[in-house]
Amino acid sequence: MIKGNLVQETKKKKDWQPKILAILCNWCSYAGADLAGVSRIQYPPNIRVLRVPCSGRVDPMFIMKSLQNGFDGVLVSGCHPGDCHYLSGNFNARRKFAVLKPLLEYVGIEAERVQFSWVSAGEGERFAEVVTKITNDVYKVGPAKRLVKGVVSW
Amino acid sequence: MVKALREEVKRLFEEKKVDLVIGWGKGSIPMTATPIFIRKAEDAEHLIWDETCSNNLAVYLTKDKRQLVKTNQKIGIVVKGCDGRSLVLYAVENQIKRENLVIIGVPCSGVIDKKKVLKQTAGKEVISARFEENRMTVEGRGFKTEIEKSEVLSHSCRNCNHPNAPVYDIFIGEPVKTESVGDVYPEVEAFEKLDSEARWKDMVESYSKCIRCYACRNVCPSCYCTECFVDQNDPQWIGKSPEITDTLIFHLGRNLHVAGRCVECGACERACPADIDLLKLNRKISKEILERFNFTAGLDINEKPAMASFCENEKQDFIMG
Repeated sequence: MIKGNLVQETKKKKDWQPKILAILCNWCSYAGADLAGVSRIQYPPNIRVLRVPCSGRVDPMFIMKSLQNGFDGVLVSGCHPGDCHYLSGNFNARRKFAVLKPLLEYVGIEAERVQFSWVSAGEGERFAEVVTKITNDVYKVGPAKRLVKGVVSW
Repeated sequence: MVKALREEVKRLFEEKKVDLVIGWGKGSIPMTATPIFIRKAEDAEHLIWDETCSNNLAVYLTKDKRQLVKTNQKIGIVVKGCDGRSLVLYAVENQIKRENLVIIGVPCSGVIDKKKVLKQTAGKEVISARFEENRMTVEGRGFKTEIEKSEVLSHSCRNCNHPNAPVYDIFIGEPVKTESVGDVYPEVEAFEKLDSEARWKDMVESYSKCIRCYACRNVCPSCYCTECFVDQNDPQWIGKSPEITDTLIFHLGRNLHVAGRCVECGACERACPADIDLLKLNRKISKEILERFNFTAGLDINEKPAMASFCENEKQDFIMG
């Protein structure tokens, strides 16, 4: 993992910065992000956090809508399987993502743009790694052009 | 076959086993069958069963806010394989009471898509059509052609693995023998092999034809929400613009809503006025669900739907490691 380097590197390139929506579950990943913060772990500043009660709350429509509204990537993160605060929320979420991800790839959305991960409240380090990875990935594929809502061309 | 069907329905009325039978009748234009609702024994004479009976009759149980099911009458329904699967889906999702239905299965060897016949005749109006074993003869003003049935078969009927209703009370004739059709999703696999640029281009090309009439949703047996997400204003999920992104998100959203519930009857595709290959997305999802969760919609009345159940140790290769 290149953590700090990427921050330096992306700062140099002033042209474009990926904008990534991080949908985090309240009980694990949001706390993991918080831990990364209070531990002063460096990670790219490209994410905007949306806190949800549980990864099971994430409707696939949220992800498609955020891509449409101009996010270059979407990260959904929840508790590890078996650790869900609501017992089975992340299992249900996993089924939804198992269908959504291949479907988006199938229609031609780059696989790097939509990613899922499990991050617990104690994994601040890992949260930084996950954010670094998705930022790198999205940076490589460039600004989102497909599915983005532009001006109507008649 | 048709005679046996009519007699069976007549018998059901005489024995007072049904209050209503939903079946197909002859349509007013060639190559079409129309859904008919029979309430008297003598009306059973109007029933038909042939290659033109493409409508999925199961929809009438859930459309119009389930008015028909709410009356609690005994309903007889004539079903092909895919329609029968829709009924299983309804039973699994508690939309119907199985004991209130009399399911009449008919052996199906594929229905025709009228749009495909019109393509064969170069858009010329067909005045009469006759079916033989594997061929059909169409006649119009100043022309008469013979067409192979396989060429005008509905898209969904190709690679069909379930020609007979999985659950039925009465079966007319002999169930069609299911041969293993081998690769069920050849088109999906071929499309997957293209690169992402080409796939996106293809999607834009085919889906920009969509005029958003929502006929695919209206005719879909699995789409029975009282209020559909496309009609919601707050939040407005689907923009009303004619942009490709709104259209695609509508189709993706609809497909995700019927994920693990689509019985691939192809009603959406036959209803589509823009002639879009709508099953392309449905089949991708069905393939994914079959491979990952070993589940096929509408086969087992006791099995929970794929998207409403889970297994703790299932494969999660798509999760960041």
